Amino acid sequence: MRLPRKGLIDRTKPISFRFDGASYAGFQGDTLASALLANDVRLVGRSFKYHRPRGLLTAGPEEPNALVEVKDAGSQTPNTRATVQEIYEGLEANSQNRWPSLRWDLLSVNDLAAPFLGAGFYYKTFMWPRAFWESLYEPLIRRAAGLGRLLPRHESATYEKAFAFCDLLVIGSGPAGLMAALTAARAGADVIVAEQDSRMGGRLLSHDGQINGTLAADWVKATYKELRSLPNVRLMTRTTVIGAYDQGTYGALERVGLHLPAQPDLPRECFWRIVAGQAIMATGALERPIAFADNDRPGIMLASAAQTYLNRYGVTPGTRVTIYANNDNARTVARQLIADGVKVAAILDSRPDASSLEDCPVFLGARITGTRGRRALSRIAVHQGGNDFQIETDCLLMSGGWNPLVNLACHQNARPEWREDIAAFVPRPGMVPGLHAAGSANGAFSTLACLSEGRAAAQAALAALGRTAPAPDLPEAEDDPFRVTPVWQVPGRGRAWLDFANDVTVKDVKLAAQEGFTSVEHMKRYTTQGMAPDQGKNSNVAALAVLADATGRGIAETGTTTFRPPFTPVSIGALGAGGQGLGFAPQRFLTSDQASRDRGAPMVEAGLWYRPSYFPKPGETTWRHACDREVLMVRSSVGVADVSTLGKIDIQGRDAARFLDFVYTNTFSTLPVGRVRYGLMLREDGFVMDDGTTARLGEDHYLMTTTTAAAGQVMRHLDFIHQAYCADWQVRFISVTEAWAQFAVAGPLSKMLLNSVLDTRLGDFPFMSCGDVQVEGVAARLFRISFSGEEGYEIAVPTAYGEALFRDLLSRAETLGGGAYGMEALNVMRIEKGFITHAEIHGRVTAFDIGMAKMVSAKKDCIGKAASQRPGLTRPAREQLVGLRPLTDTAIGAGAHLFNPGDRVHRETDQGYVTSVCWSPTLGSWLALAFLQNGRARHGQRVRLVDHLRKTDVLCEVTDPVFLDPEGAKLRA
Amino acid sequence: MRLTCPLCGPRDRREFYYSGSEDYLNRPAADAPAEAWDDMLHLRVNPAGVTRDLWYHETGCGSWLVVTRNTVTHEILATERVADRKGGAA
Amino acid sequence: MRYSGWKVITQGLLGNAGWTRAWRDPAPKAEYDAIVIGGGGHGLATAYYLAKNHGLTNVAVLEKGYLGSGNIGRNTTIVRANYFLPGNSEFYSHSLKLWEKLEGELNYNVMHSQRGHIILFHSDGQRDAAARRGNAIVNQGDDAELLSVAQLKEMMPYLDYEQSRFPIYGGLIQRRAGTARHDAVAWGYARAADALGVDLIQNCEVTGIDIEGGRVTGVQTTRGAIRAKKVGMVVAGRSSQVAAMAGMRLPIESHVLQAFVTEGLKPVIDNVVSYGMGHFYISQSDKGGLVFGGDIDMYASYAARGNLPMVEHVMEAGMTLMPMLARARVLRSWGGIMDMTPDGSPIIDKTHIDGFFVDAGWNYGGFKAAPASGWCMAHLMATGTSHEVARRFRLDRFRTGHVLDEEGTGSQHNLH
Repeated sequence: MRLPRKGLIDRTKPISFRFDGASYAGFQGDTLASALLANDVRLVGRSFKYHRPRGLLTAGPEEPNALVEVKDAGSQTPNTRATVQEIYEGLEANSQNRWPSLRWDLLSVNDLAAPFLGAGFYYKTFMWPRAFWESLYEPLIRRAAGLGRLLPRHESATYEKAFAFCDLLVIGSGPAGLMAALTAARAGADVIVAEQDSRMGGRLLSHDGQINGTLAADWVKATYKELRSLPNVRLMTRTTVIGAYDQGTYGALERVGLHLPAQPDLPRECFWRIVAGQAIMATGALERPIAFADNDRPGIMLASAAQTYLNRYGVTPGTRVTIYANNDNARTVARQLIADGVKVAAILDSRPDASSLEDCPVFLGARITGTRGRRALSRIAVHQGGNDFQIETDCLLMSGGWNPLVNLACHQNARPEWREDIAAFVPRPGMVPGLHAAGSANGAFSTLACLSEGRAAAQAALAALGRTAPAPDLPEAEDDPFRVTPVWQVPGRGRAWLDFANDVTVKDVKLAAQEGFTSVEHMKRYTTQGMAPDQGKNSNVAALAVLADATGRGIAETGTTTFRPPFTPVSIGALGAGGQGLGFAPQRFLTSDQASRDRGAPMVEAGLWYRPSYFPKPGETTWRHACDREVLMVRSSVGVADVSTLGKIDIQGRDAARFLDFVYTNTFSTLPVGRVRYGLMLREDGFVMDDGTTARLGEDHYLMTTTTAAAGQVMRHLDFIHQAYCADWQVRFISVTEAWAQFAVAGPLSKMLLNSVLDTRLGDFPFMSCGDVQVEGVAARLFRISFSGEEGYEIAVPTAYGEALFRDLLSRAETLGGGAYGMEALNVMRIEKGFITHAEIHGRVTAFDIGMAKMVSAKKDCIGKAASQRPGLTRPAREQLVGLRPLTDTAIGAGAHLFNPGDRVHRETDQGYVTSVCWSPTLGSWLALAFLQNGRARHGQRVRLVDHLRKTDVLCEVTDPVFLDPEGAKLRA
Repeated sequence: MRLTCPLCGPRDRREFYYSGSEDYLNRPAADAPAEAWDDMLHLRVNPAGVTRDLWYHETGCGSWLVVTRNTVTHEILATERVADRKGGAA
Repeated sequence: MRYSGWKVITQGLLGNAGWTRAWRDPAPKAEYDAIVIGGGGHGLATAYYLAKNHGLTNVAVLEKGYLGSGNIGRNTTIVRANYFLPGNSEFYSHSLKLWEKLEGELNYNVMHSQRGHIILFHSDGQRDAAARRGNAIVNQGDDAELLSVAQLKEMMPYLDYEQSRFPIYGGLIQRRAGTARHDAVAWGYARAADALGVDLIQNCEVTGIDIEGGRVTGVQTTRGAIRAKKVGMVVAGRSSQVAAMAGMRLPIESHVLQAFVTEGLKPVIDNVVSYGMGHFYISQSDKGGLVFGGDIDMYASYAARGNLPMVEHVMEAGMTLMPMLARARVLRSWGGIMDMTPDGSPIIDKTHIDGFFVDAGWNYGGFKAAPASGWCMAHLMATGTSHEVARRFRLDRFRTGHVLDEEGTGSQHNLH
């Protein structure tokens, strides 16, 4: 029920929203929770396991009960905390994990079966008959489990990520956080204040206390105003710091558009990586529930939550309120309720020696033994001084003390320490380097102590940053002592909930202990306590206290489970912002990209590049038609292909030759200027890393090419070899892959085509030579190399001229009966020639395997040489590169395995496998490259090719891997 | 996680490539016994504590670095360029 | 005590007062026939099979923390047998067969669920590699099939087939692969080993290995010296430290692997799915959380916690593959310490010290291996010879070059 004239909501701005189909009204500034409470909606959810009716327990992100599905255009967000979701016009939310409705939930029968569904029951049953687990039991369990529904639809909203840097990150904006920010900001430090709530102020917004003689909320307002006016301060509301990572990096989630109707240009959330010189953890504390029988009915909530609803939202959580507490703090809530004219039925204080000053019945040394009310609390049973009696009440506020939010301090594995006087875990200094705890997060519970600790933490942080500054005066504020007597479990029959979200009761924890799950981690894992969406924030300490009691150990000895990031759950949309669709990896485009697309070429991905697959002509219905034509075109006239994706590394210096001799297995110092040589590169472990051609452009100048896929790896490798093993050699190198556009011109008419574009006709330019040429006055490089087996050249021009040259080459080629060819044709031609790619050099292949053992020079050391001589890399039975030709005209596929005809097909008889396959239009046959045990000795023999997955089983002849022109006459033509 | 490149200053971990222990710097002579190569390529002290390992400032200056750091706490104690280390040249 | 549905009902009616301890809490004896260092999944399985298969029941498992505190409780629960190389292939095949009988074997519901595991591919080259692997799996006697995009769309309409950076070309499915409830595996083996007489000793850290004349004689622990003629170390995540106590250096570098679980959701992902163009794999637990992971953080670490770059990479991969994930929230992340070897395959072998055996180097494939690892380590410890399906997991294979490098990434520990 809404009270008059109270709270920080804007009563001039009414907002209508829907919950479970019914329409309600709230005000700007309301959360869904406060607005529902104002409308007297008590039942907001069902529990996970027993489907018990549940109401609001808290007023913050730690809420375990009020999880709802929030709808927006075409989608919905499950498990949204009603206590965090701000209302906006048209907001539509629904309860979840219930069927058919929130009031009538069929699975509430689980509650009746509770004796059989205790901790770990599923490990002990559902085992017979065996087949029933997957066909019956598990599907039923899966259907019953889970909370909200994730719709199987592509996300259409946007998310963002960003970096931010500061001297000091202040996490939380309660009294400690604001005072810390003020201290550091006035000292001139770059400060970021991150506050998870929609406004700054923290607990001060829930108080009616005073600071410097004015309302705490007014002090907040004034402080906020000053901070906002400073250029060195960045105030981030709706921003939750979710993790403390290394070297002062913090993750933070900002809710950007979640409090507004969906807007296309506004991201829902932004994930921040904040790099901070120092940080202050002023994250506050959470009140603890008390475990008594049936403590989970709608209407039972934390006293601090009620205080928030009252002061911040002007809502009273009930009309006849009872308070059950073990500390002084909660008593102020009672006084406030009374002052606001709300009927307080009774105060039950577990401490026999507490005061009883309030203007209502106070029962000292009392405990609650039970509650009644199916969908809302109606009365409670109390035991006090030997008497049992009942109290009619629609709202019970409980307070079992406070837990400092130590989570962030524990994110780097350090453990908090137990403080007996406040019955809570507190952080120890230095748990996270550069992170200072202050205020109630540090176990200081009075307003003055929070202000003072905030100031002190800021001074310590400033000192660590090497700054000194005068400390601002401390404002005046209450400094009441905090007195608490722990009540971990209230004796009595019935189930007493610890973990509301996962339906874990005191009995479950005791059963775990009874069965020997006495480590706190065992208890957590066995009972699932702390593994629900609230991450145990409401239950961890109480559960381990119950465990400690059951095992006869102390709480400190029992210890906590580990607090891990994220502090509050974070959407994958935000953490994965930018990844959706094309954003997952960079896209690299060739200069010829548009020209290829203009010709209808389908583009395929290769090492982040897009390359044309084939160039379809009218009438061609499959890729094979185009591919076959392109192959025959190259073999009969001339073809042009963009090969710029190959890695190009420019290597210069007096020791360049020596360097290449060291990184390649073969020798490059003997390569004459103006010549090109094929090179093989090993990893230091002796396996083949990459291959490619390297041209000697000058005495001290080489240009290395790498495969497309390995370009980055090779650059890294060269940098390492140079810096680690020969830093004093005079050699420097740089990647020039993007600087040059390079085109293969191949076929019997290739020279004719080239001569039509070169400024000067080619003279004698033998196979494997290179040199400078000019195209329309542009300096270009020409290499006579071939990946197709035909007479072939590659011409390279500065990237800016790439597209023009490509279009020019194509149109001229077309007049010669030639044209463009794509990746498919390129692949067919290289298989026909037995040239390898990374399909063959897949990381487990040696120079020996591919028949290049002789390329590992005996005369010099090179990277990988020593390791390549290990026995395992040189045994003759290793699989060796061969060619295969099916004996019948049967389509074959790469990935098939090879067997001796007559052998049983099994791993143990496996002779090898196929790496590359094509239909050769040149030879009119299917061809394959394969690795076959002892293969080089088996040319002419037959092997059986078996492909279970594609249902192929065919005999093949083993051949040399070079199917076409083994003497290379065409290359040298 | 952040590393300080001696040339570029403090940078995010995303800019670096990690390859492993500094053992890779101790390349044996070509004719060294198999055990020496095993030491370089495979066997590791793998300390739970301070270690020295190799990082490449791949999207920065291209320097390979020897980083002295703690594998338990992730504290970074020192960074130096591989090329600058004493006796580093072959 | 034998577990059954009947027992759950009768105990429920009796107030659940009759459930007894899942395992005893014995004090260490002065001497055992064999000691297993490490009470994780593999160590507990080793102890169980020592007792079950070899009749060795005078065995102690020494665990420095609580049982199952290592990677058995910090993984993404995937069980599969889809390896390519001989040496791995038969081992994981054996393991999967053990998984299929584990509930009955242990009288413990480990919730092994053969939901099918799909590896997606995104290019013709990847399709060929998948086929090569799939054929090897079938040659071994296990199941594998190629799935077309149309078949995938039927099974998983929520994948982004068209707009994603790396369009999906198809998938390789192993239908017998799936998931299990990770903690339950440790508890099931622990309880079954205990029932056979094995002493499970928690909070007992080994601080030294006693060796005399090249033979192991026992161990020093925080709870005193314990003698044994056979000692097996099964301590993934601390292998280098324990081996150092025996004066050994292992071919292992430790790395942290993070994993993630979301808040509970109604069933939406039925299978285990692995992305082919970035490290990302996901399944949904019976409780409703989406369980997923990616690659190691890539730098040596014992911190059991990771950093944001890999977190974000994993989430970005999730977003490009299945954009519906945007609205799911990550509830918890955790990190396990992985023994990374220079070829990505494990070690189950004896050492130059008589009676001292090593089971280590599981990289991040250890969960599914637990049954077979225990089976083979028990065989090795009991008989002194390698089990047939683990005979290639030798300690010296790096020196000799007989490596088992599934990924072909070479002798850099973190690349596997």
